[in-house]
Amino acid sequence: MSLLGKKFKGIEAFDQAANRTYQLLPSRFAALDDGRYLLSNEVGEYLVVDRKHLESYVKKQVPHDTDFYYDLKSKHFLFDDDSNVAIDLLALKYRTKAQRIAQFTALHLFVVSLRCDYSCQYCQVSRQTDDKVAFDMSEETADKALDLVFRSPSPAIKIEFQGGEPLLNFNLIQYIVKEARWRNLVHQRDLQFVITSNLSFLSDEVLSFCQEHNIQLSTSLDGPESLHNSNRPRPGKNSYQLTVDGIQKAQNFLGRDKIGALMTTTERSLSQVKAIIDTYLENNLDCIFLRPLSPYGFAIKNQQAQKYDVDRWFEFYKEGLDYILEINRQGHTFVEVYTQLIVNKLLSPFGQGYVDLQSPAGAAISAIVYNYDGDVYASDEARMLAEMGDKKFRLGNVHTESYEDIWLSDVLLDTLESSLSESLPMCSDCGFLPYCGTDPVYHYATQGDVVGNKALSGFCSKNMKIFKYVIRLLESDSDARDILLSWVRS
Amino acid sequence: MICLSAKDNHSLSPISHTQPFIAKITDNPHLPRALRPQYIFLLTVATAIPEGFGLVLVAHESDEGIYPVNTVRISQELRYLKEHDVIKFYPEDGKINVLYRKEANANSFLLTERCNSFCIMCSQPPRDVDDSYLVDDLLATIPLIHPETHEIGFTGGETTLVGDQFIRLIQSAKNHLPRTALHILSNGRNFQHLDLAMKVAKVKHPDLMIGIPLYADYSQLHDFIVQADNAFDETLRGILNLKRCQVKVEIRVVIHQENYQRLPRLAEFIARNLLFVDHVALMGLEIIGFAKSNLNALWIDPYNYRDELKNAVDIMARAGMRVSIYNTPLCVIPESVRNYAAQSISDWKNDYLDECANCSARQQCSGFFSWNLRKPSQYIKAL
Repeated sequence: MSLLGKKFKGIEAFDQAANRTYQLLPSRFAALDDGRYLLSNEVGEYLVVDRKHLESYVKKQVPHDTDFYYDLKSKHFLFDDDSNVAIDLLALKYRTKAQRIAQFTALHLFVVSLRCDYSCQYCQVSRQTDDKVAFDMSEETADKALDLVFRSPSPAIKIEFQGGEPLLNFNLIQYIVKEARWRNLVHQRDLQFVITSNLSFLSDEVLSFCQEHNIQLSTSLDGPESLHNSNRPRPGKNSYQLTVDGIQKAQNFLGRDKIGALMTTTERSLSQVKAIIDTYLENNLDCIFLRPLSPYGFAIKNQQAQKYDVDRWFEFYKEGLDYILEINRQGHTFVEVYTQLIVNKLLSPFGQGYVDLQSPAGAAISAIVYNYDGDVYASDEARMLAEMGDKKFRLGNVHTESYEDIWLSDVLLDTLESSLSESLPMCSDCGFLPYCGTDPVYHYATQGDVVGNKALSGFCSKNMKIFKYVIRLLESDSDARDILLSWVRS
Repeated sequence: MICLSAKDNHSLSPISHTQPFIAKITDNPHLPRALRPQYIFLLTVATAIPEGFGLVLVAHESDEGIYPVNTVRISQELRYLKEHDVIKFYPEDGKINVLYRKEANANSFLLTERCNSFCIMCSQPPRDVDDSYLVDDLLATIPLIHPETHEIGFTGGETTLVGDQFIRLIQSAKNHLPRTALHILSNGRNFQHLDLAMKVAKVKHPDLMIGIPLYADYSQLHDFIVQADNAFDETLRGILNLKRCQVKVEIRVVIHQENYQRLPRLAEFIARNLLFVDHVALMGLEIIGFAKSNLNALWIDPYNYRDELKNAVDIMARAGMRVSIYNTPLCVIPESVRNYAAQSISDWKNDYLDECANCSARQQCSGFFSWNLRKPSQYIKAL
């Protein structure tokens, strides 16, 4: 009995879906754990439901006047005759999510030298001794590469200097930064620079230059001294000390936000995730990226990658994430970067820039690599593959091929065409599709096929495990949920 | 409460006006004579009255004996009037409506009482009458408003129902008050027609925001609350059209018994679908009009929806949206989101309870609508 005045009608009078039917909007589902399913729509909104609810949704038997019905309607899993604005909103959300594709290549990696003072076992690029000038990029090559950089329509351009050890060719870095900034007076992009370095050669001159041009530094820190030194051998056996000294120097000189560290996971890392995280805390770093060992370069040659499987790595990740959540509960904000990315993908209407989780793949359309010799590769992994002798993903050379030749090459277009999850077997109907992506180079490297059999894919297996784990945390652990959400607070 | 209209004004001399007279008040007796006919002179102490003003308001009781034509002793309730205020004087019965007060924290102008919705909690129940004089009055008032005024508001009824005059009013506000923010309330439904949104955008008002209510995250509930089929779709399309034309939009959610439970779902809906709106206001119920007659159906103590309120604020704030809580005393808002509360109630209808006298947060608190004092939250407690 309505308490409203006589002039007013009850809610049933405003339900124009009087026949009580509804139509499904595009959606997918995947088993989450015993009895629960993730139901996601085309733009990544999701509900966690039990089997009974899932079945009633699919069979169009969800009764009106239930919260479940209106949850499904509100999150655009269904629409009924009462309203069709869902279609407009879905279109808008799809466009928002896909916007980055139109912006095109934002990250441009310059391999300014292949030389390195380290001799890491797992090194993902073929190392060269540090006296071979033949493995440095020339100014002429850099100029040609910059021509291509500024052909990209992206409003934001990030140039990342890689190696080898890029500071071994610091003169060229200085040349490229100045030349790019000069050219940018005309192009007016949001131009940023990153140097990825082991910091062995972090002189005051380098720091001053970084300061002057607002250049970010990125380094490698694998964990405690013994682990780091054994992962990253160099003459003098002092790589850990050099790295942490460099981190501190950069933090003091440039500011804490100007230096970040990445870790590589090796078999020896697996038993000491807490010690690795503590190393990051001790060095005043605000986040860690718990990365799996990639299957490229020397790593695959050494069969290192096969020494531990995804399950074992996942235990490492879980233990690490639990420890990190504990650190946050103790009142210190410390972020696991991959988890942060996944939470963002789950909750944000925007597409995320992370190259390895995109559909179509980020190869060349998000990031591109200019090798020291002018060869252009679809990704850093593609370059590593090439250093092992397989130039499958070489798109051309800056001296002989034009922008159009490279970005419209058959190699690239075929690869991208094979990288749309929406059309790939085992991806197209997966509930995690809106959060995932494809990695054609990975699947080519591990299975000899850019699409790959996802049942055998470490990429798929790893990401599914992480998605499920993160979603369960968000749904079942309000304490963890608050922490994870605080990481993505804008 | 401040009285904005009074009839017990007494003429002290013959009134020459035959039509209602809208003009600005001055207390400057030396105003050039040529200007005086379009001004109202306000006299707060017994001194000689300068000649030639369009109207003289006497705001004191002593009797001087000789008054120029068009002199009126104003009601005790209007003695707050000051220089720069704008009033409308009705010569036939001496009634005075206060149109603009320079010192007010908000100056809202009613464009029409007509509406195409019939919201169950409407504080200004619609009337289907010819009230086109309201727009004419406003067009006459806008040029008189002090140019340093922070903000003015257009309200209704449904403001867009005044047709082409709607655009003319925005244009007039821009022309005469280029430094004054303009806040317009609309149910947004008429902006489903892109051409209306484009006309608004074309005015290029420098600081315009359109406040549009969205009461639910799905059509049935919203349409029921506004008592109009298809309103949900029309309002959403209206918001999309306005933002497509880069007009600023505020979403206004009045919270009551019918919609408080899904407030967090509505927040998720807004954060996901309408992230680009410029402000979201979560508003306590104003117990007047239909809200008063339907109070049994609508009332929920704000204390009892505090969890939903906090969740909704957190969801939208986390998404980077600008969020405010309106019309809700600080003591019933969860502490972690109190900083989102605004002093949102217009000063003329803003009051406090006795309990509030001892409260250390009173200076920052919205307090109550005067008419809500009879039905405040049961949990009001001095902080």
